[in-house]
Amino acid sequence: MSVVESIPAVRKTALNAIHRRMGAKMVTFNGWDMPVEYPSTGGLVAEHMAVRTGVGIFDVSHMGDIRLAGPQALAAVQHVSMNDASRLAIGQAQYSALLYPQGTFVDDVIVHRFAEDDYLLVINAGTREKDFAWVRDNARDFDCRVTDLSDDYTQIAIQGPTAHLLLAKLTDANLAAVKGYWFTHGTVCGLKNILIGRTGYTGEDGFEIYIASDEATSTKVWNAVLDGGKEWGAIACGLGARNTLRLEAKMPLYEHEISDTINVWEAGLDRYCKLEKPEFIGRDALLQAKGAAPARVLAGLEMTGRGIARDGYRVLDMQGAAVGYVTSGSPAPFLKKNIALVYVPPAFAALGTSVQVEVRGQGVAAQIVATPFYKRPKV
Amino acid sequence: MAYPDDRKYTKEHEWVMANGTSASIGITQYAQDSLGDIVFVDLPKVGSDIAAGKTFGSVESVKAVSDLFAPASGTVTAVNEELATAPEKVNQDAHGSWMLKITLSKPGELNGLLSAADYEKFVAEEAAK
Repeated sequence: MSVVESIPAVRKTALNAIHRRMGAKMVTFNGWDMPVEYPSTGGLVAEHMAVRTGVGIFDVSHMGDIRLAGPQALAAVQHVSMNDASRLAIGQAQYSALLYPQGTFVDDVIVHRFAEDDYLLVINAGTREKDFAWVRDNARDFDCRVTDLSDDYTQIAIQGPTAHLLLAKLTDANLAAVKGYWFTHGTVCGLKNILIGRTGYTGEDGFEIYIASDEATSTKVWNAVLDGGKEWGAIACGLGARNTLRLEAKMPLYEHEISDTINVWEAGLDRYCKLEKPEFIGRDALLQAKGAAPARVLAGLEMTGRGIARDGYRVLDMQGAAVGYVTSGSPAPFLKKNIALVYVPPAFAALGTSVQVEVRGQGVAAQIVATPFYKRPKV
Repeated sequence: MAYPDDRKYTKEHEWVMANGTSASIGITQYAQDSLGDIVFVDLPKVGSDIAAGKTFGSVESVKAVSDLFAPASGTVTAVNEELATAPEKVNQDAHGSWMLKITLSKPGELNGLLSAADYEKFVAEEAAK
């Protein structure tokens, strides 16, 4: 007998050719052929530092987009997401999540309110099809149209303390009027009515722009952004830096800090979950779970011994017994420490608790520390 | 990319340079380039034995962990302590940054390893994959 496996075609963004031309190291991430770093401009650490101290540019077109529009769009968004979208002004966005009835994660999302009855959910690459089916199926009873716009956009993230200066050169939009987690529409590189969100996944100030996904337009804008940012040392950044940046800022990654087996309380995302909303998928289970202490909670640790915690490594108590595991672990290029997010029982999550991380069979000393590991300075 | 022909190479991207029965071991330019920014090198202690083809340590970049495989068997006589505090030396000069010195227990093993020219051909094929 022979098993024939069907290999799904690897997907490419409209900027794939330009990444390759720039000599990026490419990896397959959630079915997408994406740049992990650009060695010709210094590689991962240089990219991470550019975003913390200047500006970095990311192709994040693998992200998906779902639009809900129609008279009952708000009611549908309220039903499928845990945050309270009724609090959004037009032009405002919020972090939220789609939940299963048991209070675990379908995905985390950014909800944008375009109009009274028009919303855009920006979703993760690896969960695009699942998320769209979930939202479409659960919005059936509402008078609203659910559309998958994922392939319509090339999404470029411009991130870092000088991101606003760079983007201001290329747009007529008044960026100073756009606060964090708000968005606007404006002309960018001569293209009219472009969605510009003051959002990102780096823990830094920055913007995400959504342009037409044809290769010519995408390439033109990508080059204009990179060229326009030269005076601030703008460089292209890959998924490697995106991961270390979001880890320093303790932003969750699907299948790591959140998943279909981890609930909202465990993940510590309480402040984005509005139980005062009368109804949403997952609410009943979360209400019930709220009374009991969770068996595990997400905590941050810093390696104090010589070793690097990596995704999946076990967390041990000081006697060497396994008490939890690492969801994301890496050297932190800006903080210059080896950090990790871990699930451990609440008793091990108190700040200052000494634990060990099992690195190649050896316990290496670590300590529970406050998160986020990195918080950008207030300006 | 030039690989010095004063040493032998493995398909796991280590090099070994022998002088009589003593030899130094490191990783190749191709290996350091694939790894990216190297931040940690984990090596065995002086006096421990390593066996050809078996793991003897690991090297970590920001994004990846990679096992080190012994190109030849022997006893460790020296460890490059500089790499504990300056692992980036491997990025800067992979072929000049030895990790271990060993006394070869089976010097004949080196005959089975790749020459510089064969290794260069091998990595060209790897890169084209």
